[in-house]
Amino acid sequence: MTIVERLATTTKNRQKSRQNRFVPLAGVLVGAAVIVVLTYTLPPFRNYQLATIGAYLCVTAGLTVLTGLNGQLSLGHGALMATGAYTLALWQDRFNLLLPGIVLAVVVTTLAGGVIGLAAARLRGPYLAGLTLAVAVVVPSITSTFDNTFNSDQGLSVALNPPPGVIPVEQWQVWICWAGALLTVLFLAYLVRGRFGRDMRAVRDDETAAKLAGVGVARTQVLAFVVSAACAGLSGALFAVLAQSVSPGAFPLTLSLFLVMAIVIGGLGRLTGALIGAFLLVALPSVAQSIAEDAGSQHLEGNLALTFFGVVLVVVMLAAPGGLASMKFPRKIRKQKGQE
Amino acid sequence: MDRFLYLTFDGLSRGAVYAAFALALVLIWRAARIVNFAQGAMAVATAYVGYSVASATGSYWLGFVVAIAGGLVLGAVVERVVMRFVDHSSPLNGVVVALGLVLIIQGVLGMIYGNDYRPAEAPFSRDAFQIGGVTLLSRFDLFVFGAVGAVVVLLTLLFTRTSTGLRMRAAAFAPDVSRLLGVPVGGMLTLGWALAAAVGSLAGMLVIPTELGLHPNAMDLLFISAFTAAVLGGLDSPVGAVVGGLVVGLLLTYVSGYLGANVAPMAVLILLVVVLLSRPDGLFSKAKARTA
Repeated sequence: MTIVERLATTTKNRQKSRQNRFVPLAGVLVGAAVIVVLTYTLPPFRNYQLATIGAYLCVTAGLTVLTGLNGQLSLGHGALMATGAYTLALWQDRFNLLLPGIVLAVVVTTLAGGVIGLAAARLRGPYLAGLTLAVAVVVPSITSTFDNTFNSDQGLSVALNPPPGVIPVEQWQVWICWAGALLTVLFLAYLVRGRFGRDMRAVRDDETAAKLAGVGVARTQVLAFVVSAACAGLSGALFAVLAQSVSPGAFPLTLSLFLVMAIVIGGLGRLTGALIGAFLLVALPSVAQSIAEDAGSQHLEGNLALTFFGVVLVVVMLAAPGGLASMKFPRKIRKQKGQE
Repeated sequence: MDRFLYLTFDGLSRGAVYAAFALALVLIWRAARIVNFAQGAMAVATAYVGYSVASATGSYWLGFVVAIAGGLVLGAVVERVVMRFVDHSSPLNGVVVALGLVLIIQGVLGMIYGNDYRPAEAPFSRDAFQIGGVTLLSRFDLFVFGAVGAVVVLLTLLFTRTSTGLRMRAAAFAPDVSRLLGVPVGGMLTLGWALAAAVGSLAGMLVIPTELGLHPNAMDLLFISAFTAAVLGGLDSPVGAVVGGLVVGLLLTYVSGYLGANVAPMAVLILLVVVLLSRPDGLFSKAKARTA
């Protein structure tokens, strides 16, 4: 593709994005309406699962922006979720005010993400993955070293007021989780459409070129990590609300790997991909669970889902690195389109 | 002072294992420019097989040999079946595929063996004996030193004295030219993965008896420590990996000996951050050219 052609497509894309300015807002509003209707029709357990999807969506959306659009692979988002969850648990223990608690959880995780992000901005590829992996592995060690605050492996319980009025708890949880998820998605959707999104992609594709074009490479990377960490913190706080307890066992290394699987399978960098991933994170273990129960084997429980996620991750990466969302068009056709 | 001496020898023994595992990471990095995040899981898998054979036949050494041989096979299979087809346009892809392998291996191990810790006995006594009234090291520590030392010597001989080693280095350094000169580059890559996985399996067999036992996640922390060791020495340098392994082993043993075992993982994280921020290319690196 020559530079002229590339410029032409950029202009075309810009015109398209102007037309699409209201698409995220419309999508989120429709989504909110669908969710509210669903909560009145679904049984309590399905509502609980729906709420879990919402909580996952916060973190997968943030992670897909970081990894897909900025090229930074983080394996430490499970640990960032733990940060948010523990912050909320400690806050609720003293004050029992949910909304400020969630905001505080996001702020604290943002700060933690800033620290990791500052280091991450100087690292590339496998180095960054290794560092964030270390962060994920270290969570149980921190909770047992400072067990006066975090109560070691037992973790903390999260005090919650009952939902207002006569709303069932599960329905209330869906509303809280999806309010967070949809706000996150809306925020991210506009963020990646704007100048910051362009900067992120430029840094991902060619750091030297981005630097020459006046994009602050380190600044963009740190900022991307911070935004993504904030989403993980929100997600962690929502999980604390859902489980009404936090413990290191809820945020194992496997969770971080699952998150990577979720964003890869839906297509890196796509918010719809993050939604698909969040759905699969809840749906696949539940299917695997029922298979394991039918087979009556204790060993299958949990491990079947683990294996399945692993196989999906490897197969998607080898067969369609663009994720499920990109499989609509076979590659050849897209190439021909680009050459016209 | 006695305690310090004891911790030093214990740390060197631990460090020798980290060195072996870091060496396995470096081998693959040099051959394929991939940090094999599945190394830990692969080593656990072969250790499970080794201990199954050992308990079925009653011979630890047969199990030991099977574990190492299993490492060779598993490494070759992983390269031939999966890693060869990874799209290398982004360095992320190799990492993500390796993580997928981690999930598969841990899931399959859990399905076969369950998720409880299984006892793994050591071939030698782990009770430290005394030299001149000071408790220093155990027979198992000596076995660790011997095994890792042998691996280091054999690898050095392979890469510097044999034509196969020369071909492997050539295939990694200049694949296209090597191919023109008749070096089977793909085969060398497979051999590199097989060797690295076997060394990883050895490290697994050496470390698992000293920890809680066999578990699908048994090597997670070891992987981080060995990764830190490899980064400390520079991912490209086998000598660096050995030195880095010993340094990390000593540091971890001092930290867990004086501050408590819970603190050790945090010490690894802090060391990794410090190294990555101050000397990201390792202690033995040269200055890099500017890109812009």
